[in-house]
Amino acid sequence: MDILILLIPLSLVLVGVIAWVMLWAAKSGQFDDLEGPGHSVIMDDDKPPKSDDTPRS
Amino acid sequence: MSNSPGLVDAPSFSGCFHCGLPVPDGTHYPIQFEGQTRQTCCRGCQAVAQTIIDSGQGAYYTHRTALPATPREAEAELAQLGLYDLPEIQESFVRVEAENIREAALILENIVCAACIWLNERHIAGLPGVLSVEINYATRRARVRWDNSRIQLSAILKAVSDIGYIAHPFDPGRSDDVFKRERNTAIKRLAIAGLGMMQVMMYALPTYTATDMTDEIRLLMRWASLILTIPVVGYSAWPFFIGAWRDLKRRNLGMDVPVALGVGTAFVASVYSTLSGHGEVYYDSVTMFIFLLLTGRFLEMNARRRAGAAVEELVKLIPAATTRLPNWPARDEEQVPVARLAVGDHILVRPGETLPADGVVVEGDSAVSEAMLTGESLPVTKSVHAKVVGGSLNQASPLVVRVEKLGAETRLASIVRLLDRAQSEKPRIGQLADRAAAWFVGLLLLITVAVGLAWYLIDPSKALWIVVSILVVTCPCALGLATPAALTTATGRLTRLGLLTTRGHALETLARATDLVFDKTGTLTHGRLSVRRVIPLGGRSAEEVSALAAALEAGSEHPIAKALRQDRPEGEHPEGHKRLAAYPSRVLREVTTPANTASHIRNTPGRGVEGTIDGRTYRLGSPRFAAPHTALPQSTGGEYPGNGHEHPENGHESWVALADETELIAWFALADTPRADAAAALAALRHQGLRLHLLSGDAEGAVKATAQQLGIDDWHAGALPEDKLAYVKSLQQQGRIVAMVGDGINDAPVLAGAQVSIAMGEGADVAQAAADMVMLGSRLATLSESVALARKTQRIIRQNLGWALGYNLIAIPAAALGHVTPWIAGIGMSASSLLVVLNALRLSDFKPARTPAVPTLDSPLPTHR
Repeated sequence: MDILILLIPLSLVLVGVIAWVMLWAAKSGQFDDLEGPGHSVIMDDDKPPKSDDTPRS
Repeated sequence: MSNSPGLVDAPSFSGCFHCGLPVPDGTHYPIQFEGQTRQTCCRGCQAVAQTIIDSGQGAYYTHRTALPATPREAEAELAQLGLYDLPEIQESFVRVEAENIREAALILENIVCAACIWLNERHIAGLPGVLSVEINYATRRARVRWDNSRIQLSAILKAVSDIGYIAHPFDPGRSDDVFKRERNTAIKRLAIAGLGMMQVMMYALPTYTATDMTDEIRLLMRWASLILTIPVVGYSAWPFFIGAWRDLKRRNLGMDVPVALGVGTAFVASVYSTLSGHGEVYYDSVTMFIFLLLTGRFLEMNARRRAGAAVEELVKLIPAATTRLPNWPARDEEQVPVARLAVGDHILVRPGETLPADGVVVEGDSAVSEAMLTGESLPVTKSVHAKVVGGSLNQASPLVVRVEKLGAETRLASIVRLLDRAQSEKPRIGQLADRAAAWFVGLLLLITVAVGLAWYLIDPSKALWIVVSILVVTCPCALGLATPAALTTATGRLTRLGLLTTRGHALETLARATDLVFDKTGTLTHGRLSVRRVIPLGGRSAEEVSALAAALEAGSEHPIAKALRQDRPEGEHPEGHKRLAAYPSRVLREVTTPANTASHIRNTPGRGVEGTIDGRTYRLGSPRFAAPHTALPQSTGGEYPGNGHEHPENGHESWVALADETELIAWFALADTPRADAAAALAALRHQGLRLHLLSGDAEGAVKATAQQLGIDDWHAGALPEDKLAYVKSLQQQGRIVAMVGDGINDAPVLAGAQVSIAMGEGADVAQAAADMVMLGSRLATLSESVALARKTQRIIRQNLGWALGYNLIAIPAAALGHVTPWIAGIGMSASSLLVVLNALRLSDFKPARTPAVPTLDSPLPTHR
């Protein structure tokens, strides 16, 4: 049981780190668009657009 | 072509391969896709589809889940995009990163599904010189970085319009920064509360279950929980304490008071027992309760924002910058912020641009879409002297506009003001709910004290958490939210349908209305002459003779001339409407600028006009004038329509003849016609159980004709405003609830006399219309849709109130008897207020039930935004 005396403070530190990560994520806009990235995964990019010529108009 | 079967089940769309509209007969714009020939409806669609397929992004067609807007040919004129390359214009929205690296924010229009985002991202990213592009699906904003030495911004905008979308730069600082900050703060509070809750629960669970825990470990866990709970209470729950304090200062018992009391009591008690070393701790309950409440509020905030979006979209319509012509009629242009415009300035509005202010057209002919303001989906033709409204979108060709009203004086601003007023004015049922909520909180505090005392006597160890449970589980929020949430959503939806609510009680009364009284002129009819029928003779088509007549009357301001020039015949050629809707700009231009021009025009006042088109002389006017040498075809199989000129006021049509040198070639019937959708709209209203009445100051013949045509049984002709008012009063004495629809200014006294009044806002000043509701467009179908929506709103408000009351009646006794732990209470309360808001949000997706059978003039254009 003595290990708890170490583990509990450790968990506090861990929570602190996670909280910092969450705050950073919120600040850097990770939560701004919760819909688009989900869709963009499904779209296949197996045919990358040719970047050497302008598309016809 | 990349083909990924099974990943996304793209629905198949019939009609035009690109936009899905029906392909008109006889058009042939084929496109090759995956080895098959597909048909598109117009050149615009063909070009866009070709561009998409050629650039290797044909997968768009297999992935999309919604149809795009029809590309308008007017967009070809976006060629003036080059202006956006000038450094002085870029100043306001472009960030210069390095010497040649630029970044700009763009608003994308016409985005309808995720495939659109994908298409745009890949298309823009494929341009040489574009460094990165990110598109936000939720906000439809794009962020583009490019190398200015290799590509210009205008080329990027052009590339977007090539695939059928519209991109325009905007100043990101000015838009919804506030909301973004609020949302960010809410997410942070939520994250802290969530983490705190999870970890505190980790410490709490062993203390509940473990049997062999030493006191030191128990104490350590308590202290750890305390440390974790401090930020949750101090940071995450802060808004509740602030709200409660504000309420108390105003001597008001609001929703936050019981919450703050509950959280505060539990926390202080826990801290006390941690410090003193005996008693229970409630850290787990406190953190979980805060987390659940915040989750509820967060969802509610997003929902509310969606509900209020209609008003905000209106405000956002006004662009940031505009092109001023300081020395008009000289053509030198300068870009100025809209804020620096003054009344009397001349501005140039290019196609695709939004008008920044109200004004008068001084040069140019164009089609302007007022859809965002009026719900009317077809563009309106505007030429010199026409009034244009800020916020409407120029679609066809450049217009020079003299600014007449700016900022707070514009029609758009007054619409927004009226909406605000309507939403802040609470109807009776709302006021009742508010007062009830305040009483409710007071009563709740009394009950809590009583129950607390009782439990203290029975079992002191349970007293505290029961008190906390009662404080938390009761939900005055649901009671207070029930009405405003539904009303805000409904007024927003109504505005998008084209009916502006200006008074708080209007919705409620409209839902209860039993009788609908119409004025005739300007309400059910257009209030001006229009071509009702065209009878071409001698094998010519209606379009052909209409074009001839329009050319002859091109220069005249006579009402008959205007009618011949502007209106297509209604009713007789339904396919004409379909096409009008499919290619708005092209057909409108065809109508406004006659195909042929007439020369040697000679006007004979009171009789008609004579002119030469393509070397042939035509006469248009009364039959005797037009064809003096021809024997009038009295007996051509009933073809001869009437006895020459008659006044339209007496209910009959007035006939105009068109003849060339030798023979009569067409008849035009002119009349003040009922609006195209009047019959269908009235049928729908009758279907909803409303009794319809027609009151008019016009002569009996005209009123009778209109009433019969539209199927109204109760009609009264020759009515003065007093008579109309008396009629409305007599209906009211029979216990009927009367809704009056009139033109707002002439009918003001009658409108004021009815329980709820609806004014036709077309042309009239919205702010001055003395009515509870204003129709922003001229679609009469809006009325029946609105009645349906009002009734549904009423139903939803009742459901909400019923739920809120029922929930509390069950929850309070349960908590008082000790059956509810604080964390269950937290879930219960959050769920009940969330349920109320979500229920109200159903109104924003309200789809008017279409009455089948009767065709209306509705546009099949997909509405975006």
